[in-house]
Amino acid sequence: MNPADLRYTKDHEWVRVAGDQATIGITDYAAHQLGDIVFVELPVVGRALAQFATFGVVESVKAVSDLFAPIGGDVSETNGVLTSSPELVNSDPYGDGWMIRVRIADPTQLDELLDAPAYDALTAAG
Amino acid sequence: MTEVSDQPVHLTPLVEEHRALGAKLIDFAGWLMPVQYGGILEEHRAVRERAGLFDLSHMGELFVEGPEAGDALAYALVTNPPALTIGRAHYSMIVAPDGGILDDLIVYRLGEESFLVVANAGNAQLVSDTLAERIAGRRAVLDDRSLATALIAVQGPSAAAILAPFTDVDLAALKYYAIVEGSVSGIPALVARTGYTGEDGFEIFVDNARAVELWRTLLEAGRPAGLLPVGLGARDTLRLEAGMPLYGNDLDRTTNPYEAGQGRVVKLEKPGDFVGRPALEKVARDGVDRRLVGFMVKGRGIARHGYPVYGAGEDRETGVVTSGTQSPTLGVPIGMAYVASRDAEPGTMVDVGIREQRVPAQIVPLPFYRRAR
Repeated sequence: MNPADLRYTKDHEWVRVAGDQATIGITDYAAHQLGDIVFVELPVVGRALAQFATFGVVESVKAVSDLFAPIGGDVSETNGVLTSSPELVNSDPYGDGWMIRVRIADPTQLDELLDAPAYDALTAAG
Repeated sequence: MTEVSDQPVHLTPLVEEHRALGAKLIDFAGWLMPVQYGGILEEHRAVRERAGLFDLSHMGELFVEGPEAGDALAYALVTNPPALTIGRAHYSMIVAPDGGILDDLIVYRLGEESFLVVANAGNAQLVSDTLAERIAGRRAVLDDRSLATALIAVQGPSAAAILAPFTDVDLAALKYYAIVEGSVSGIPALVARTGYTGEDGFEIFVDNARAVELWRTLLEAGRPAGLLPVGLGARDTLRLEAGMPLYGNDLDRTTNPYEAGQGRVVKLEKPGDFVGRPALEKVARDGVDRRLVGFMVKGRGIARHGYPVYGAGEDRETGVVTSGTQSPTLGVPIGMAYVASRDAEPGTMVDVGIREQRVPAQIVPLPFYRRAR
């Protein structure tokens, strides 16, 4: 099931927290819904994101989907490998398919997110 | 992804086969159809490299028969079906009196007085009704067997090798755009060497009652050769790479055959009147203001249906994207668009509006992909 150490949004993004750094991607459920991912558009490093604002776009063969930030802060890193290998989002959504890293502005925003059991329940119902 | 609505949808005889294969099913033109099984890219590659199996039972099959069947179709359509020899087929269009395209079609000549017109699922009822009106008064009858006919296609370089042991049809003698009556695995069938993928392949028409048997036979027969079931998702990426237009995207009621680059399909030289003749003669004389072209995106981003097209570096909007995707075979984004005639020459640079960006693209000749012969 979905990794227990992550937090999730209702829009199927995940976040992994290490100190004041958040690593963000989309879940296996989302990747599966989208199908083969062929394009990922990510923000430039340094961009300030608000919680739940769009930070980019992920495209499959047939669909275009906005990406929403689980947590606010400045973008510190983006996964450049996704430019040439967008399929990593399908094959390893929680690992090599990570999308951006953000320096967390307000850790209490994590309370707005779903834990793994709540996200499992959401996707089981959907 | 289109949700299945509350409206009852048509089911092909193969819907349970698709479910058993784990297909993602969607409502397409009022039919419950597989958009993918294992994945669009995997299915696309299977067809390019080996073979794919398609359920196309949603298409319309309209049989037109009688001593004046050929002449009736020559009046109803833009092509000249009487010029077909028995066992041959051609690509055609049915237009409104103003020249706007109602559907694109394939017309097969089955006999001296017997033709099969295959229409897109979304237009099948309209084409059926319109053909019936247009052949009225001639010695020809329309038999709409769409809901009784299943259509299964095998497409790919291995298609002939997979099908040959199971059919009494001499596939080596069956030319491209030919059709013959025969049997596949003992099942009476029409076997046509036509397709919508740009690969060699066959489209096999059988009665609904035999569809499951045919599907399972071909799936098993093709397994050692790496044949996969293929859904509508890959059908779309395959036809786009092959430069084939899709009604609803690249062709519609507001486009005429000349704008769509299909002027050679309109046989103005055929004898007699046909629906749309005066309007199309005028277009042929006056030329077109816009043309359907192929393009490749040179910057970063996928161009999709509805995205605007601008002159390169200009604010001037020159047209709109009608089809677009990341090409699995070429590895770059490709598409079709209507652009002003002045921007339609291959080599011309344009900008595609992708969200807030203007992304450079280049007009290229179609097709994007041609199979090795």
